[in-house]
Amino acid sequence: MLNTVYRLTQPRKIEIAFTEIDLFKPEVVVKPTYLSICHADQRYYQGTRDPKILAQKLPMALIHEGIGEVVYSPVAEFKPGDKVVMIPNTPVEHDDIIAENYLRSSKFRASGFDGFMQEYVQIAPDRLVHLPDGIDPHVAAFTELVSVSVHAISRFDKIAHARRNIIGIWGDGNLSYMTCVFLRKFFPDTKLYVFGIDEKKLQDFTFVDKTFLTTQIPEDLRVDHAFECVGGNASQIAINQIIDFINPEGTISILGVSEYPVPINTRMILEKGLRMFGSSRSGRKDFLKTVEMYEQYPEIVDYLSLMVGNVVTIRHIKQITEAFDSDLKKPMGKTIMKWEK
Amino acid sequence: MIYAVIAAGGIGSRMGNVEKPKQYLKIKDKPIIAHTVEKFFVNDAFRKIIILTPAQWVNYTKELLAKYLPQNDKVVVVKGGDTRNETIMNAVRYIEENDGLDDDTVIVTHDAVRPFVTARIIDENIRYALEYGATDTVVAATDTIVESVDKQTISNIPDRKMMYQGQTPQSFKAKKLKELYESLTDDEKDILTDACKIFSMKGCPVHLVRGEVHNIKITYPYDLRVAKALLDEEIK
Repeated sequence: MLNTVYRLTQPRKIEIAFTEIDLFKPEVVVKPTYLSICHADQRYYQGTRDPKILAQKLPMALIHEGIGEVVYSPVAEFKPGDKVVMIPNTPVEHDDIIAENYLRSSKFRASGFDGFMQEYVQIAPDRLVHLPDGIDPHVAAFTELVSVSVHAISRFDKIAHARRNIIGIWGDGNLSYMTCVFLRKFFPDTKLYVFGIDEKKLQDFTFVDKTFLTTQIPEDLRVDHAFECVGGNASQIAINQIIDFINPEGTISILGVSEYPVPINTRMILEKGLRMFGSSRSGRKDFLKTVEMYEQYPEIVDYLSLMVGNVVTIRHIKQITEAFDSDLKKPMGKTIMKWEK
Repeated sequence: MIYAVIAAGGIGSRMGNVEKPKQYLKIKDKPIIAHTVEKFFVNDAFRKIIILTPAQWVNYTKELLAKYLPQNDKVVVVKGGDTRNETIMNAVRYIEENDGLDDDTVIVTHDAVRPFVTARIIDENIRYALEYGATDTVVAATDTIVESVDKQTISNIPDRKMMYQGQTPQSFKAKKLKELYESLTDDEKDILTDACKIFSMKGCPVHLVRGEVHNIKITYPYDLRVAKALLDEEIK
């Protein structure tokens, strides 16, 4: 079957290309229904990635957060009409120790190969997870992003020592908000303190114990562990502030992406005996855990639905650029494309 | 019930120096008709996909599709008629005899030689045919359309802003189409070669579905070259 793919050919320019879908492959064909725009997509779209990287990767279909409906399946596990979330990480080997999202050989949608901005997506059955009936599709669309938080918290749970009276979360954006929603469920007895720079955004964190402006943190405040959800140029300030305010032997979970190396206070990491670990992307088991939590705690979906910003219906290629442009203007939240291509 | 009706008529005489009708030519190592049928095959809305071919090509088409499509009981191949409308009516008769017709039986009729049709176009055809009774897939005309009655001088130049070029699918409520078609005289049947025209001549609305410029009809050798060029850009 000839499949229409919507590829970014150069910054801000999306063009049609065609690929062939072979229905005899042991893979499922999914019609994307709701897609969510990520910062990484915007960096390609705006052309803010290194020109060398851009030249290497483009043309390529963007979007790695999305859900869809099965239209054809050669395996019994899926049937037409099933609602599924698609996993963008695509491992090509198995390792008993290293998780699929850290294997250097793994490919990733909209990074190493075409993302979900396609008429149909042909995908291996183990890259799909069934969605519960009636789930808000706008929230389900960014399950991939949510699963990255879930992944980081699951790892934190294994790494961090058992005293978890107070966890500090640096950042007041989407990633911080989601991480807090899940920390609340994973560790109901732990106090959550959020540190940000925008008072208005901090007001949305209604379910945490305290919020602070990073310029007004009490001198004697201490946290047992911390999550860094800042990234970018502010990574340095955030991480060093965490190092100052964390108790000895605390664990710092780094989640923010920075394009540049970040200088940090290693002397104090040594003196306090801190542990610091990074997390990126997620794998099948994180998606399963995330969807399981959506089912177990429906209020999670309610909290996450507050993150849904603009919903743009896409029937025409120019509506894709409108969606990316509107996404750029919003201070917080996710832009969802209702995909009707 | 929704049915796809794929018209694979024509003897392919316009295709230059080839032996087979054009829908059987290959692009991407697969006959064009197989590409086209697959687009309907993966759409769960369709109860059946009825392919109509000239009598002598029925078996050939059956065997071909058995080879290129996963095993299924959705695709049937039946004999077409002498004209496009007669071909469509054969499909309607097939549905009537096998499943019966009701007011919401919709047929989505499509050219076998338009393999680039998209999921959106098909979905909108179904949606608007159910709502309005008939649809026509069109793209806004980019060239000025010039009318000449005597084939030598211009008789009219319609406003381009109101002109569209017809593609397929065209979709209809099958029972209504049958009633309208049977009410035509033989002379009218000769003139009304387009099923949408039957609806609009009889004062029934035909809703427009926006097509795509790439939803091309592979009619001439030039089109085949365009189709192949469109497909050349492979995934890296």
